[in-house]
Amino acid sequence: MATLAEPKTSADPLDDFRSEVRDWLAANFPASLKGKGNALASVEGPTSETPEMTAWRIAMGEKGWGTPTWPKEYGGGGLSKAQARVLSDEMARVGAWNPIGGMGVMMFGPTLLEYGSEEQKRQHMPGITMGEVRWCQGYSEPNAGSDLANLQTFAEDRGDHYVVNGQKTWTSGGQWADKCFCLVRTDKSDKHNGISFLLIDMDAPGVEVKPIKMISGMSPFCETFFTDVKVPKENLVGQEGQGWTIGKRLLQHERTNLSGGGSRLSTSGPSLADLAKKFVGEEDGRIADRDLRARITKWEMDWRAFQLTAMRVMAESKAVGGVSEVSSILKTVGTKLGQERQELIIEIEGLQGLGWEGEGFSEDELHQVRAWLFAKATTIYGGSTEVQNNIIAKRILGMLDHQ
Amino acid sequence: MAVLSEEQTMLRDMAREWTSNESPVTAWRKVRDADDAAGFDAAAYGEMAQMGWSGIIVPEAYGGSDFGWLSLGLVIEELGKTVTASPLAASAVAASAIVLGGSDEQKQKWLPGIASGEIVATLAVDEGPRHDPANIKASVSGGKLAGSKAFVAEGDSAGLFVVAATDGLYLVAGDAAGVSRSRRKLTDFRSHAEVTFDGAEADKLAGGGDDLLEKVLDRARVLAAAEMLGMAGQGFETTLAYLKQRVQFGQVLATFQALQHRMANLFSDIELMRSAVEAGLAAIDSGGDTRQAALLAKVKANEVGHLMSREMIQLHGGIGMTDEYDAGFYLKRMRVLEAMWGNTSSLRERFAQLNGY
Repeated sequence: MATLAEPKTSADPLDDFRSEVRDWLAANFPASLKGKGNALASVEGPTSETPEMTAWRIAMGEKGWGTPTWPKEYGGGGLSKAQARVLSDEMARVGAWNPIGGMGVMMFGPTLLEYGSEEQKRQHMPGITMGEVRWCQGYSEPNAGSDLANLQTFAEDRGDHYVVNGQKTWTSGGQWADKCFCLVRTDKSDKHNGISFLLIDMDAPGVEVKPIKMISGMSPFCETFFTDVKVPKENLVGQEGQGWTIGKRLLQHERTNLSGGGSRLSTSGPSLADLAKKFVGEEDGRIADRDLRARITKWEMDWRAFQLTAMRVMAESKAVGGVSEVSSILKTVGTKLGQERQELIIEIEGLQGLGWEGEGFSEDELHQVRAWLFAKATTIYGGSTEVQNNIIAKRILGMLDHQ
Repeated sequence: MAVLSEEQTMLRDMAREWTSNESPVTAWRKVRDADDAAGFDAAAYGEMAQMGWSGIIVPEAYGGSDFGWLSLGLVIEELGKTVTASPLAASAVAASAIVLGGSDEQKQKWLPGIASGEIVATLAVDEGPRHDPANIKASVSGGKLAGSKAFVAEGDSAGLFVVAATDGLYLVAGDAAGVSRSRRKLTDFRSHAEVTFDGAEADKLAGGGDDLLEKVLDRARVLAAAEMLGMAGQGFETTLAYLKQRVQFGQVLATFQALQHRMANLFSDIELMRSAVEAGLAAIDSGGDTRQAALLAKVKANEVGHLMSREMIQLHGGIGMTDEYDAGFYLKRMRVLEAMWGNTSSLRERFAQLNGY
């Protein structure tokens, strides 16, 4: 640790920062938490944290390192991108994980930094950077999925507050959220410009949450009902009618923060080939079923081409200082390959791969079935494959609807 | 597009300009109509040689520029866009065999002529209609080669053959005694000759290791894939332009959503093809094991090239079926390239073997 009398100097200023990070991690991240990152904690919040996890979260929150590149004045770490990478590397080295996350970090915080008033930033940012307040997203409705702008949840102007009535669906983590950033309609006569961005307290009277049971048996999403919910005008972000713009900007943040996800397919565990040899058998050290072998080979080659493309997109985007138009294909291709892999596993394992619960199935096998079911959503959410194709055709290829 | 150096960008732009101005598809149409066995315009190849293209992968000591395989691939891609015919790829593959496995004497004897474009060279491996490098019967005894090779690219005009025999690769001069060629006219109207060797003098490439042939085949696969990439890319652009201009049912075809989605999917496929081809070229440049990268490049090129060539005809409707339109050229050349150096099925199997599947 540097003393006042002798400041450390080094050829690379990042080296000093790296030592600082190492020292701090050694002092604050207990080895017992190694690899115990609980993704759900950032959604479910303190209720599923152990006291050790809570201490770790508070330490990271106070340092601002849960949101490393956010401005210090709003509780962020104030780090440069290079420093944030150093932090991330050092954390990975000791098995440390970021206890601060969720939608507040991924999407709402960055959006609020761009569009929120000073008061709103001072009120909401600390809860996000400390990981104390959980946010959910109130966007989709039963009649507003791909056509999100068709949303009808209405915020009636009552002078110093709004009264909100309507229904949201697919609210991730709604049952655990403290607050909701919500797209509401403030003007029924203008589809896009009649939308506003409103912050709603999930504990407010009139807010009701119902988990939705999915085909996977789990309920990660909810329906959220608003019945005469009073929302103070202070909770309007930006101007009335600016909601569509702000809402779309937020989705860009979501996309940026999720963009690594596509190529980070979980390929841990046995490979398709190993699985096939185990269930189908081997012939001279090779998969005994030739047709299956050819299809597995095709998948592996397509997967490799996809990974090469993800890398190329990153390199191209960096070179032009923008986003390569090729990035538009990554979600569609990645999710399709992900689903195909799940289907190959199901095929390979026969009925052993279709266990629902109980005796005769390992934890991994049961987990795999849930993964297969949930993967069906990946080509639908975050802009369905069909919507992505519309975007590629119209914006990149210039095939307009009216020419 | 891979992130290119300044030199590579200049080379690509030069190739793009030359191809657009000096060698649009009409130039191929003229060659095709001339129906010459050589299947390319010698004057055009002379221009390519003057621009240094025939020496891109030849070391400077032998008159080349040694710009590397990604650079050559960029040029080949541009030529592919207008289905331009030339012995550029064949000669580069043959040259690479000499670079990798030749003695100084052999390099000095042949590389400068290839680099300057004077000598058309080509690799002769297959002895039947399907790529099968494990099944070679041509053999050398007492320095004399006996056997025959099928569908040798540029075989009608080659001044140098690099021949795969049972025990390695051999150099055989095109005008050597005992060499005879017979034209095989395929749908692409390029040169593919049946070449017979009857006691022809053969000079062994002794270096390069046991896997010299495989390394050279990797290069052949990747360059074929580069040509296919150019064809698929331009096939797509030509089709897109057509859809934006053709009107039926009171609408421009590009406004129909089914066609929009079909083109969006093709766009995606071609980008995946590009990634695989560029990675194949880069793998050769960076040294090391090129086998899997080359297999991936050729397989993706086969898959996507195959699809694009069919879609190009289909999306053009009836006129796509006319000789007057360009679509037929892309289809007829693409299928030939798909078969050369390994079809999808056999190369996938090879990839599986290498990975223990």
